[in-house]
Amino acid sequence: MINKLKALTAGKHHPSWYIGIAGFILIIVIAIFSILSASKQINYAWQWHRVPDRFFTNKVIKSDTKGEISNITILDGTAAIEVKTPDGIETFNVPEKDLILRRGDFVSPGTILAESRSLKAGVLIEGLKLTLFISFFASIFGIIIGLFGGLGRVSKNPGLRWLSVTYVEIIRGSPLMVQILIWYFVIGTLVNENLSMMGMSTIPPTGWGIISLSIFAGAYVTEIIRGGIESVPKGQMEAARSSGMTYIQAMTHIILPQAFKTSMPALTGQFISLIKDSSLLGIISIRELTKSSREIVASTMMTFEFFLILAVLYLVLTFPLSMFVKYLENKVKVK
Amino acid sequence: MISAKNLYKTFYTPHDVHALVDVSAEIKEGEVVVVIGPSGSGKSTFLRSLNCLEEIDSGNIIIDGIEVRHKRTNINKIREEVGMVFQSFNLYPHKTVLQNVTLAQEVVRKRNKKESEKIALELLEKVGISDKAQAFPDNLSGGQKQRVAIARSLAMNPKVMLFDEPTSALDPEMIGEVLEVMKTLAKEGMTMVVVTHEMGFAREVADRVIFMDFGKIVEEGTPDHFFTNPTHDRTKLFLNQIL
Repeated sequence: MINKLKALTAGKHHPSWYIGIAGFILIIVIAIFSILSASKQINYAWQWHRVPDRFFTNKVIKSDTKGEISNITILDGTAAIEVKTPDGIETFNVPEKDLILRRGDFVSPGTILAESRSLKAGVLIEGLKLTLFISFFASIFGIIIGLFGGLGRVSKNPGLRWLSVTYVEIIRGSPLMVQILIWYFVIGTLVNENLSMMGMSTIPPTGWGIISLSIFAGAYVTEIIRGGIESVPKGQMEAARSSGMTYIQAMTHIILPQAFKTSMPALTGQFISLIKDSSLLGIISIRELTKSSREIVASTMMTFEFFLILAVLYLVLTFPLSMFVKYLENKVKVK
Repeated sequence: MISAKNLYKTFYTPHDVHALVDVSAEIKEGEVVVVIGPSGSGKSTFLRSLNCLEEIDSGNIIIDGIEVRHKRTNINKIREEVGMVFQSFNLYPHKTVLQNVTLAQEVVRKRNKKESEKIALELLEKVGISDKAQAFPDNLSGGQKQRVAIARSLAMNPKVMLFDEPTSALDPEMIGEVLEVMKTLAKEGMTMVVVTHEMGFAREVADRVIFMDFGKIVEEGTPDHFFTNPTHDRTKLFLNQIL
């Protein structure tokens, strides 16, 4: 990082270089300023201060009696508060670290004895986890499907080739939302009925979500892999085959490693889309990130606050992915 | 060693080209045959048809007693025994020089890593490039690449080596080093079929020269016959243009 900064600042640059940097900063500043001032002008009551409540729970232990704290004994992190009441002594157990009262304090019903604030895995975090889970498996299955699709696409066998083309054209050309509905309500109903008739457990909506997304992404990956394979010079295959390798050996050792390398940027783009496309799964009642945000919005009426947070959370998922792939690319390049 | 009978091949795209018209040739064990001819004469097609990189329309090819185009023939088995060196080297760019030479040994010949690396290093030594074993092909000069490609083919212990214009993509000052390696191979008794424009190499090393034009073998004979008194006018014209 420091080396990069040094490289950035070292040496003399052509004036256009500085103008370029200045232009970039100027545009960013204007954009931020415009958004901020626009957000003040719209007729919308911003309630950012209520947002943290959604991420934390306040755990409060209250007294239900009246009297004086006669003694506090601490054992293993638990504080036993003894309250002397007219009827005798009553004891409250609270975590030691949350203790806010001292011996001799007077308490009455409703007095807070201990208070703790803890991060809660609210619906938003649960949704984030589910989105991550679905995207991860859909990406893996998408690559596998796309790999075979791509191989079919460049195959000499017309049956395989046409099968692959048909798959790509139908999946890529129709809306993902319709596909999700068909997978869940049509195919899913059929399959799940048969599964339960045979006494097996049915596939949950999340499973159908992963299936529909994998097949959707697989179509794009098919075309990406095909492009990658076709970008490898013909001589590579000839060299491998002429040394006695079979078609499959030549593919696995020579062609596909090179094809993947060139496909890397396009594949990243595809998986970033996939993460965002998973937001459509709410329509089959999968509570992923977007659906959980909508639920929060519905109950709090804080539309913009939570949709902005939603956007940031998607960025949190996608940005590290693109950084990671950039890192991989550089590593491969150095090699 | 190699017997080719009545080979025919026509390319239909972009327009009809009769690349091979009734081509027949015999290549004996240990013989070095150089195929020359103007571009588009079918000499590369002939060479590539020998190990089925180019599918011929009709004809019969027998290598080491096995009919290449027979339905029962496993073409991969034949290719194991027939080394090929390309004009554009076709080294595997994602593998080191050493891995380029060991890969087919491990995958096809099923040699273990240690053994194949030992063989690879010996061969890289032989072609004079053992110091670059860990380099990647992108960091080599054209001449070095071609020498690695030759080592890669030799690693399979082929019975025949096919060279498809091995020096045509090289800078002039690098042609010598590659021809040197090929001369050594010829001296060691390797059976070689070489498509080339290097007349010096043909004159010095070849046992026999085949001249092709318009998909046909026009003339064949010893280099002596060929360069001192060729019979056909077409051959004379070609040699006049090139020498």
